[in-house]
Amino acid sequence: MAGTDIIIHDEKDNVGVVVIEKITPKQDCDCWIMENDKSVKIQSMDEIPLGHKIAMTDLNEGDTILKYGHDIGKVVKSIKKGEHVHVHNVKTKKW
Amino acid sequence: MEIPKTFLGYKREDGRTGTRNHVIILPVDDISNACAEAVANNIKGTIALPHSYGRLQFGADLELHFRTMIGTGKNPNVAAVIVIGIEPKWTKRIVDAIATTGKPVEGFSIEGVGDIDTIARVSKKAQEFSIWASEKQREERPISDLWISVKCGESDTTSGLASNPTVGNLMDKLEPLGVHLCFGETSELTGAETVCEKRGKTPEAQEKFRKTWSSYNDFILKEATDDLSESQPTAGNIAGGLTTIEEKAFGNFQKIGGCKFIDVLEPAEEPTKGPGLYFMDTSSAAAECVTLQAAGGFNLHLFPTGQGNIIGNPIEPVVKLTANPLTARTMSEHIDVDVSKILSREMNLDEAGDELIKATIRVANGRLTCAEALGHKEFVMTKLYRSA
Repeated sequence: MAGTDIIIHDEKDNVGVVVIEKITPKQDCDCWIMENDKSVKIQSMDEIPLGHKIAMTDLNEGDTILKYGHDIGKVVKSIKKGEHVHVHNVKTKKW
Repeated sequence: MEIPKTFLGYKREDGRTGTRNHVIILPVDDISNACAEAVANNIKGTIALPHSYGRLQFGADLELHFRTMIGTGKNPNVAAVIVIGIEPKWTKRIVDAIATTGKPVEGFSIEGVGDIDTIARVSKKAQEFSIWASEKQREERPISDLWISVKCGESDTTSGLASNPTVGNLMDKLEPLGVHLCFGETSELTGAETVCEKRGKTPEAQEKFRKTWSSYNDFILKEATDDLSESQPTAGNIAGGLTTIEEKAFGNFQKIGGCKFIDVLEPAEEPTKGPGLYFMDTSSAAAECVTLQAAGGFNLHLFPTGQGNIIGNPIEPVVKLTANPLTARTMSEHIDVDVSKILSREMNLDEAGDELIKATIRVANGRLTCAEALGHKEFVMTKLYRSA
């Protein structure tokens, strides 16, 4: 099925991955959740390139980012639903 | 898809099967590189494996050096071996160990003779080996003679979404057929270490994994100037959208599918517990990791990449796959299998796994990989600490 803009690994995840060359601000995106084969929609706030993550919900400082259903780091600067999630607002919990 | 029961390989004296038929000129130490390269230049059908070490190493670091040298020579992709060292003792140790496979191997030392006479003497033997090996024919061999190692590089989020799970799908399909499989990259499992530990088949394997990862992590905490955040994830990983080591680790981990590992290997250690999946304690640097896995006896490598790592190995063919459509387009000469259609959902994981199995068997049968055709022969020794 064509027309998927964002893929989400697990239903629990609060981020998705952009799988088209880029999405632009205010774009209405189709998301596919791999784990349960469900589809959801989200409107982007930022330009986000292929492979980068988008927040699926509002996230506060200290919140945990879930991807693959697992903890992949903590929010260090609050993020709004639809915004770009990366090294500017998320850090590892390891080091 | 029905998976073929056989492939065409070179049967070796010790019963193993090669996917390649190399005659290698193996320098014991850095200062013997010139001789080895001169011989490989003289005699067609041979390749030199120059590297940077082999002098004044000691303890575990020296043992790893020997294990890597010996394992490389014993690898079934190698038909015959010439070993050249500055002095005879270490040279002989390597020759004697390779000889246990029954394959032709001969050692030479340079001290007291000089480069020029050594090159002349070695070239005569190398010519004999090269002509001898050229008559070896491929024959039908069971699929279980494939020993497949995996390692990903220049990963991005497409690796965890699609190319690593494609390798995992292949593992799930080939493991029941008695294939040996190996993953490594101790550092890049950081963040997923407790989940990975549970994938040990036995309590012993789990315990061994826990010790191996902890020892690595203790080393990082002791030696790192600050932490690994400057190199893990790498700049390439970050450009590709990977934010943290944990995210990279969970993506990395997709390569083993649903398999459980039966043992944890030292770097360059040959597996001895029969077919199935092994974890090898390796660096996550691509060339170091593949060199160690080849020395462990693996005869074909699968390398998923996101942003486009270009690595090859002199003796173990490296099959590259990517799910990143930009990489598949802009670096097509490096990509053997393009699975980017998974992202547009025009291909599912099961189909991608089948495509990768087909490509794997073609390469096992002799098809050149992109890296081989481009001349990538990265042979990089792992060094554990300073020499004496």
